[in-house]
Amino acid sequence: MLKVSGLACSRGERRLFADVGFSLAAGEWLHVQGENGAGKTSLMRLLVGLSPADAGDIRWRDEPTPSVEFRRDLIYLGHHAAVKEDLTPLENLRLAAALDGIALDERASLAALVRLGLRGREDLPVRVLSAGQKRRVLLARLLTRPAVLWVLDEAFNALDIAAVKLLGELIAEHLSAGGMAVLTSHQPLPVPGGKTLVL
Amino acid sequence: MNALLATVRRDLLLALRRKSEVLTAVFFFVIVTSLFPLGIGPEPVLLKKIAPGILWVAALLATLLGLPRLFAADHVDGTLEQMALSSSPLGLLVAGKILAHWLLCGLPLVLLAPVLGLQFDLDASALGILTLALLLGTPLLSLIGAIGAALTLGVRGGGVLLALLVLPLYIPALIFGAGAVEAHIAGLGAGGHLSLLAAMLALAVFFAPWATTAALRIALE
Repeated sequence: MLKVSGLACSRGERRLFADVGFSLAAGEWLHVQGENGAGKTSLMRLLVGLSPADAGDIRWRDEPTPSVEFRRDLIYLGHHAAVKEDLTPLENLRLAAALDGIALDERASLAALVRLGLRGREDLPVRVLSAGQKRRVLLARLLTRPAVLWVLDEAFNALDIAAVKLLGELIAEHLSAGGMAVLTSHQPLPVPGGKTLVL
Repeated sequence: MNALLATVRRDLLLALRRKSEVLTAVFFFVIVTSLFPLGIGPEPVLLKKIAPGILWVAALLATLLGLPRLFAADHVDGTLEQMALSSSPLGLLVAGKILAHWLLCGLPLVLLAPVLGLQFDLDASALGILTLALLLGTPLLSLIGAIGAALTLGVRGGGVLLALLVLPLYIPALIFGAGAVEAHIAGLGAGGHLSLLAAMLALAVFFAPWATTAALRIALE
């Protein structure tokens, strides 16, 4: 259960948003909308604990964040590719899991890459993949890292029509398994239901 | 602990894919220390006298050469952000990165020093002390350097700033590291110098990863 109240953020002198509040229960998702520069990414970074809020309170399972438990339950995919160009998709997935203290077996990572349409690319260096394919490598982490709360910032960027549909399905599966998601996007999302927050 | 080892393995694997970056620092060390005997000429007494200082200064500069890359690549591609959000403590991952940096940029210098010391007419026991002093000193250089690298992360022209920030902090390591070899050659015994180096290393092992982590969290904001 995620509960956010009275969140405020400013960049320099400019107030981006104030008194933002919402709550998410199991199976719910939030679509954060707003113009360019409205503070969507800032809100996401506050939410995951990468930057401190000016004011407000973020609680995860009734405990203040960021806590170790929150980090264990969280996966955050931002604007960055967050994959190593010199490594292969398989190595990227395995190393990312190892840093989280998870031993990922080859079959699970391969299955995740196949699901994301990267069959036959798993042993190429990420450097030679296209922008959309790099994005898919990153999204494969959604399948290899067990997390309850998905925070995805512009996750639909650079994806083709099939991948957008696939990511929609992944999110829907995650929600129906009792997960939660916070998404930002400018286009309508192929995920049913959901709350909306306009900044 | 697993996360620390995983970080070390990851950084070693990445370095293996980009050998040139590691080799630059090592070749820099070899060339700089070889230039002095060539420039000064065959004067064994003088060379022996300046050897510890030159080898140590070259080691400082070679370590400095690899420092800007310590966190920069991970910062640019967003993997540092993922590390900060990992369920493993960031301090452990940072310690792993520093250890990997030492294995790549510090340990080769330690292993090469006895060979390069021969150019300066150092005898076997002096070479032994030099190697021992570098073995204690180079991890210290990596640990202190990591704080500087984290503080200058994302700063324009960070490389020069890093040198200005870190080099003064390297002075104690330089004094006691080079001093150990000089004291041994003068027949005074290197024990005191080496103990002080070890004490500084113990202090840095404890505090540097913590300070680096704090600096990284600020850089990520």
